[in-house]
Amino acid sequence: MNHKTFFWFFFPTALAMILFIALPLTSIVSQSFHAPHEEVLLVAEICDPFGCETESTIDHQATEQLKQDKPLGRWVGFEIYADRQHLAFKEVAQFWQSRPSFTGFISSLNNLPFYRAMGFTLTYVIVVTPLVILFGLIIALAVNSLHRHLKGLMVFFSLLPMIVTPLVGSLILFWMIDARGIIGSGLQEIFSDPNLSLKASTGLTWITLIVYGVWHSAPFAFIVFYAGLQTVPKETLESAMIDGATRFQQVIHVVVPHLAPLVAFVALIQLMDNFRVFEPIVGFSAEAHATSLSWIIWNDIGQEIRLLSSAATTSVLTIIGVVILLTPVLIRTWREFNPEK
Amino acid sequence: MTSNQIKRPLGLQLLIYGFVLLWFILAAFPFFWTMWGSFKVELDFFSKGDWTHAISGVRTQAVYGESFTGAGYEGAWIQEEFWRAFNNTAIVCFFTVLTSLTIATLGGYALSRSGFRYSFWLLIIALVFRALPPITLVSGYLLPFYEWNVWGLLPTTIIVLVAINQPFTLWMLHSFFQTIPKELDESAKVDGCTQFQAFKHVIIPVMWPGVITAGLFSFLLAYNDFAVTAVLLNQDNQTMVPKIASFMGTTQTEGNVMFAVAAVVSAIIPLFLLVLFFQRQLVSGLTAGAVKG
Amino acid sequence: MFLRKIATVVALTTLASSVWAGCGISEGRVSIVGNEFPAIQTVGAGAMECAGGGVTVEKNLTADHQKINVPGMQGNPAEFTTAIVANSSIVALMNNDVIRPLDDLVAKHGQGLKKSQLITVNGNIMGVAFMANAQHLVFRTDILDQLGIAPPTTYEEMLVAAANIRASGLMDNPVGGAYKAGWNLAEEFVNMYIGQGGQFFEPGSAKIAVNNQHGVDALHMMRALSNFMNPDFLTHDSNATSAEWKAGNVAIMNMWGSRVGPLKSDEVDPAVANNTDIAGPMTVGGGSTPASTLWWDGWTVSKNISDADAEATFIAMMHAIRPEMLNDETSPLAVWLIDGYQPTDAAKGVFAAAAMGTTPYPMLPYAGLMHSAAGAELVDFMQGKETASQALADLEAAYTTAAKEKGYL
Repeated sequence: MNHKTFFWFFFPTALAMILFIALPLTSIVSQSFHAPHEEVLLVAEICDPFGCETESTIDHQATEQLKQDKPLGRWVGFEIYADRQHLAFKEVAQFWQSRPSFTGFISSLNNLPFYRAMGFTLTYVIVVTPLVILFGLIIALAVNSLHRHLKGLMVFFSLLPMIVTPLVGSLILFWMIDARGIIGSGLQEIFSDPNLSLKASTGLTWITLIVYGVWHSAPFAFIVFYAGLQTVPKETLESAMIDGATRFQQVIHVVVPHLAPLVAFVALIQLMDNFRVFEPIVGFSAEAHATSLSWIIWNDIGQEIRLLSSAATTSVLTIIGVVILLTPVLIRTWREFNPEK
Repeated sequence: MTSNQIKRPLGLQLLIYGFVLLWFILAAFPFFWTMWGSFKVELDFFSKGDWTHAISGVRTQAVYGESFTGAGYEGAWIQEEFWRAFNNTAIVCFFTVLTSLTIATLGGYALSRSGFRYSFWLLIIALVFRALPPITLVSGYLLPFYEWNVWGLLPTTIIVLVAINQPFTLWMLHSFFQTIPKELDESAKVDGCTQFQAFKHVIIPVMWPGVITAGLFSFLLAYNDFAVTAVLLNQDNQTMVPKIASFMGTTQTEGNVMFAVAAVVSAIIPLFLLVLFFQRQLVSGLTAGAVKG
Repeated sequence: MFLRKIATVVALTTLASSVWAGCGISEGRVSIVGNEFPAIQTVGAGAMECAGGGVTVEKNLTADHQKINVPGMQGNPAEFTTAIVANSSIVALMNNDVIRPLDDLVAKHGQGLKKSQLITVNGNIMGVAFMANAQHLVFRTDILDQLGIAPPTTYEEMLVAAANIRASGLMDNPVGGAYKAGWNLAEEFVNMYIGQGGQFFEPGSAKIAVNNQHGVDALHMMRALSNFMNPDFLTHDSNATSAEWKAGNVAIMNMWGSRVGPLKSDEVDPAVANNTDIAGPMTVGGGSTPASTLWWDGWTVSKNISDADAEATFIAMMHAIRPEMLNDETSPLAVWLIDGYQPTDAAKGVFAAAAMGTTPYPMLPYAGLMHSAAGAELVDFMQGKETASQALADLEAAYTTAAKEKGYL
């Protein structure tokens, strides 16, 4: 395909992404290097229905000119990146010097919001991603081999974990896994432990979130692989059969290689989505035991006093994290583009 | 892999059906539970005392005199006029899917057929774009949208949903086009077609499983989106999910949670019809047509 | 059934509006942003009555109001002409300088307002309050009577009562509390720290000072209480705590006054509903200031709009909170500050809180930063993973980082 044809094919999608993603992205990056101007506080008498008090308030006149001249705020360079709520270089160095042992160092790291979030996020990514791909593939192969009347129904039901809006889905599941909910009491029966609660300990909360993550995302992998299975050329399968390949060999040597681009795609998207894990944490009220970078951003933006520079910084760190995580998959894609001559 | 191949041994057949049944229960049980519970009162369905109340409906009986009630549905659809949100969702979904697929199909096809390096880098940049958490993007949009006076409108939300989801759709379609042999359109070009004609006559007929799947995801994104719609739409233009959220109340107050549950069950039915309808397109891939010229 | 009530209220007030016909404005743009609980829905519906002719009224009442109100008022002209806020959230609007003083409008159109409804900063009226709220004691009369325990007036008595109830075998976890990690947990810490007599900041500065004996005592009391709570307490917001109450699992708790009504609704088991009673907030550690905070909700007017729109907005919002809007349906929805409000039984807890001299939630520019830092950093202590002073040190460090970024330090 020549450059000109390519340009016209690609132009509409590029325009949408430049306007609504690339431009905001530049402003986010710029915001992460700026902080609001220093405020001048003045003491004022503040009265409300419950009486009057002398309290601090912001003197807007004092900084009005400054804010107009420099609407972006003050330049702080990498200061926000390095502060305690983000990479916390100073604190980490201090922990390292005064560490009693390596595990002691790790547990003090866990006291810093960024590293605590990374701890859960990476565990989640490493466990959930391969399981989703595996289950998705098995479900796709199984459903694809069903009678065609059953297929339609099973495709729909298989999609359910993904399509019920997580907002309410997590509310219902959250109740089901309550110590007095149906799944919670079921587990108490199974483990004959009447005090078992999935929500009260960090370990069990992590397991719950991971199980939910696999359950919720397996349909995604399933439907992609299922669609991919429809494009497996019949001839290749037939010739494999003539060569005496068993069913298992057919799957491994014909089907899986055919689906390879899709496996790479699912891996890519899953790695990225799992790295940005957010909804289950809020849905299961798991903040006390597990946080993620996206949760930190949400927490910074959703409070009464919004920390926009801090949220921008965490967003940039998330992007960097995703790029590092995806490098192996990207190298594979690179090879595809540059086939050995 | 088609079902009319040589007969499978009985053991394998049983294994497959057993696995499908197990998966069916895992996937569908919470939904059936919700459907059953949507006819109860909140204190039964979310009982903190005894979960069997959700089955027997003790409090429902005490309040309504029978163990089922349509109060949740009545409240959501009639009193709260949920159909308005339903209409808004239909508009948002239709235009989001249409626009997304049109521009991403062209882009994805071009990426999969261009051998030049820049197409790799374009894919990588799209990927980096997708790494940005949507919540950051949305809070960044607010100020300019207010300035331009476009906040709260359906078209604004549609364009944002299309753009935010573009990297995903692009990657997905690019991966699908890669599973379609290049020889197909190259031989058409040898026969004298332009690139666009080759795309139109050779690729379009076989691309449907991929496009339908990508469309399904665009649709689900628009249908289920909360991060964008909750913040960018005004109250009159609310789609279903923010409307459902408004039924649930906040930490400082209780809403009518059963309206939300009934609304969620109602919102699943169009999806059911849609998936059944597009089933056929999903399985009309290369297996049906010729692979090579 | 809250929403049904609202619907009836709206229907009633719409009927009524045809009698009053308009609110005395002929043109202007009114656009309201605010939270979405029933009392605010009533106010929003009241303002909608002014629509018609040259007047447009729009409302956006959503739980996400804090995400959209500041940017929506920063534009010029502002999208929203008024924001409904509480004492914690008016601060964000004042910090960003997006609301205007209302003195001229109050002089012109505010005759019906009581002086106490006016929120003033150095004498400038910045907002008009219409309702109040506070957390206070909720208890089960049957359980306490059965064991011969008087309703606790201090948290120490609450602990004794809880131990008695547990020992009697009536309930395993008799104490309820909205201790969910985040905003709720921080709110309980704010209550308890004030009850212990603590000051959050060094006087006249944004420098935090909570890592002291008051803070340690407050945290230890919270931990002691949590021992009598459902083990999942860190996931329980006020909704979940109310659900525990309705299921009859809990006998004593500190809860919002606005949440008492639903505890007695028809859907709740009468054995629980009829035995639910309330009293004023408790004190702690021998202090006389209750371990609770007073809250108000009110409205403000945007700065970046024309004077005509500001006037229309003011009149419409005045119409929404006129004394005539109080009736049997609306009165129980909140503790109204509006002239002519007759307190219902559900309001006695909040009134007791005010009478006992409960501290209002601090209206400081940086109080919200302290609140968010507390919500995130106190969790480890509540799980027994670190000491109270370590948790407080973390809280101070997290706050200081945020306050530096915002330019307060």
